[in-house]
Amino acid sequence: MKRLLFGVAAAALLAGAAQAAKTDLTLGVALEPPNLDPTAGAAAAIDEVVYANVFEGLTRIDETGAAQPALARSWEISEDGLTYIFHLVEGATFHDGAAFDASDVKFSFDRAMAEDSQNAQKVLFEPIETIEVVDPATVKITLKRPTGAFLFNMGWGDAVIVDPASAATNATDPVGTGPFVFGDWAKGASITLEKNPDYWGEPAQLDRATFKFISDPTAALAALMAGDVDGFPGWPSPETVPQIEADPRFDVVMGSTEGETILGTNTAKAPFDQLKVRQAIAHALDRQAIVDGAMFGIGTPIHTHYPPHGPAFEDLSGLYPHDLDKARALLAEAGFPDGFDATLKLPPPAYARRGGEVVAAQLREIGIRLEIIPVEWAQWLEQVFKGKDFDLTIVSHTEPRDINIYARPDYYFGYGKPEFQALMEELNAATDAEAQNAILRKAGTMIAEDAVNGYLFQLGKIGVWRTKLKGMWANQPTQAIDLTAVRWVD
Amino acid sequence: MIAFLARRALALVLTLLAATVAIFLLLEVAPGDPALTMMGMNADPEAVEALRRELGLDAPLVTRYATWVLDMAQGDFGTSYTYKTPVSELVAERLAVSAPLTVYALALSTLIAIPAGVFAASRRGRAGDYAVMGLTQAGIATPNFWFAMLLVILFSTVLQLFSAGGFPGWEAGFWAGIKALTLPAVALALPQASILARVMRSALLDAMGEDWMRTARAKGLSRGQAIRRHALRNALIPVLTIIGMQFSFLMAGAIIIENVFFLPGLGRLVFQGVIQQDLIVVKSVVVLLVFAVVLVTLAVDVAYALVDPRLRERRP
Repeated sequence: MKRLLFGVAAAALLAGAAQAAKTDLTLGVALEPPNLDPTAGAAAAIDEVVYANVFEGLTRIDETGAAQPALARSWEISEDGLTYIFHLVEGATFHDGAAFDASDVKFSFDRAMAEDSQNAQKVLFEPIETIEVVDPATVKITLKRPTGAFLFNMGWGDAVIVDPASAATNATDPVGTGPFVFGDWAKGASITLEKNPDYWGEPAQLDRATFKFISDPTAALAALMAGDVDGFPGWPSPETVPQIEADPRFDVVMGSTEGETILGTNTAKAPFDQLKVRQAIAHALDRQAIVDGAMFGIGTPIHTHYPPHGPAFEDLSGLYPHDLDKARALLAEAGFPDGFDATLKLPPPAYARRGGEVVAAQLREIGIRLEIIPVEWAQWLEQVFKGKDFDLTIVSHTEPRDINIYARPDYYFGYGKPEFQALMEELNAATDAEAQNAILRKAGTMIAEDAVNGYLFQLGKIGVWRTKLKGMWANQPTQAIDLTAVRWVD
Repeated sequence: MIAFLARRALALVLTLLAATVAIFLLLEVAPGDPALTMMGMNADPEAVEALRRELGLDAPLVTRYATWVLDMAQGDFGTSYTYKTPVSELVAERLAVSAPLTVYALALSTLIAIPAGVFAASRRGRAGDYAVMGLTQAGIATPNFWFAMLLVILFSTVLQLFSAGGFPGWEAGFWAGIKALTLPAVALALPQASILARVMRSALLDAMGEDWMRTARAKGLSRGQAIRRHALRNALIPVLTIIGMQFSFLMAGAIIIENVFFLPGLGRLVFQGVIQQDLIVVKSVVVLLVFAVVLVTLAVDVAYALVDPRLRERRP
């Protein structure tokens, strides 16, 4: 009996040891990053792999979407909101051994702001007037005007700190300050990151992380079931979720993204320049039916360009409830008692193609007859985004805090109302989070009342991974797949 | 023979030039702006313009065409817009997957098809023949990506003998590489083997009906000996032609199978290039493929000419 007990205990110990020994992780992602330099390129796939893992900024966006200290361990903001003094972490080094200090911050931002800069989010640095190196551990940034979102903006992947010696080669051989070091890139197949043994902060708990590129949803399911990958932070096919939920090896975690999926409306073009027509469309949309029909129920209906999980969220569902009679009446008032014909240009993602069919069916109920035109991304950017040659389109705006696009009169849906622009200036001037949220709520209400676009749903995020894997993010406040706290447990 | 080779070489250069013009113009009229695609929807217009200048997209049409062709003539295939690495390096990496996969699939297909075709021909009209003909009919009709999924379900998900896809790289070891390519090669080989077996069968039947076969039998060879020594050799000519065509097809045409098994092959490189508007990759890889096909055709022509002097003469 004693022996048996001993045997059981030993087996349990061994099993525990074997489990605890697993320190490598293989994740599947749909898209391969085109390069690995987050400061030169907009592809979300770049940030997915390297942000917070390899590269870090002054601040860092946490899972709730708030800006937290990173390479800047603390900061002071002047009363007028124009001067930021950042106190940097000391003892941090880049992966090639170069020391990190204030001059790297100045170099990185000067580079992003330069005339020939290829930073896709150059606009983030536009408010900066001067950057001064006070001492190696202190940077003073003076702004041209108060910019409420400045700390948040410094947490974008486009604002990471790079080293002058390696800045030019980061695209193929990224050198950052993060808890993971770039290992290997088998083009077309996978990217491997290794633990950084000299990390300045809390070290990573994984020794190695591999991202495998699997774009085909069927192949993704096969790879998951065969055990080739431990999980997918963004599961590509909602239709297979019940099958994975039924499998005890995996956890399915529903989260949210920053992706507001909208029925983009060309407000500069008749008849969509008429408020009543847009209001009629808003009344005709049955958002939950779109989520159920196009996204297998994954996603949250929205009524303005702001995520339901954000701190400035306001419930505007009462503004234009689903009401076909009202919609028809508004359309008649606008001079279209029998409706009209229009086009709906749809880019390739499933949310657009499938969502478009449901939207077209719903608008037909009030007499708006849509011709569906599927387009490739390149065509979409060319025709809709650049050429503004469209009536309606469906697209998801995945950048965080992007309501300011409504201030741009030359943007593809063309709003740019002066009152809204004034609100955005007010938002920039506010440094206090409460004041900012109040202005955001006002802005959200203004565009909702004007029914600028049809607001459909917040894109959901389905995470699928092994049950023993902990520390993965459920939500996606940025485009990063943050592995800094990911670990295996029993 | 020299004059023949010179004519052929000139034709090769002209074909290539025509191909470069066609490819260049096609990509020129296709919609899209590579710089905007790379920088995304919220990009700063100034940054997009800076990138366009760096990529040389602001130069006039003729200048861009001339630069591209002259660079290629000097062996410079350009630098990928997105990967920021030389296209020649990307192609070399992908060839390390595509070339072995092609050879593997072709070897499997030949090893299955030739015995099957010979077997069917020598049992013409009997049960064995009907079985081979039926199976090959099914093999041709089966879409290879669907067959590939069935293979994955059986060997990866249920039996867990193979991974469902991916390629560990040759540095993981020769056998690891071969193992990763096995299911894709089988999926690619099935329809090819079916076509080849049918060609083999009918070529062999044709040869068996020739007068010299009767002579061979008359001088005392058994049926089997006559097939092996005389009919088979003559029947191999159309079979070799088909194998040559299949080689070109498999090299660039395995893209669907590459997607099902997420293999980093040449077909997916081109596909990715199209999606990401990495036009330099698309242009250069397509020209390289055209070059390879033209070269193979030239080699076949030369081989025919060596065998048959009549083909060397200039035709009116």
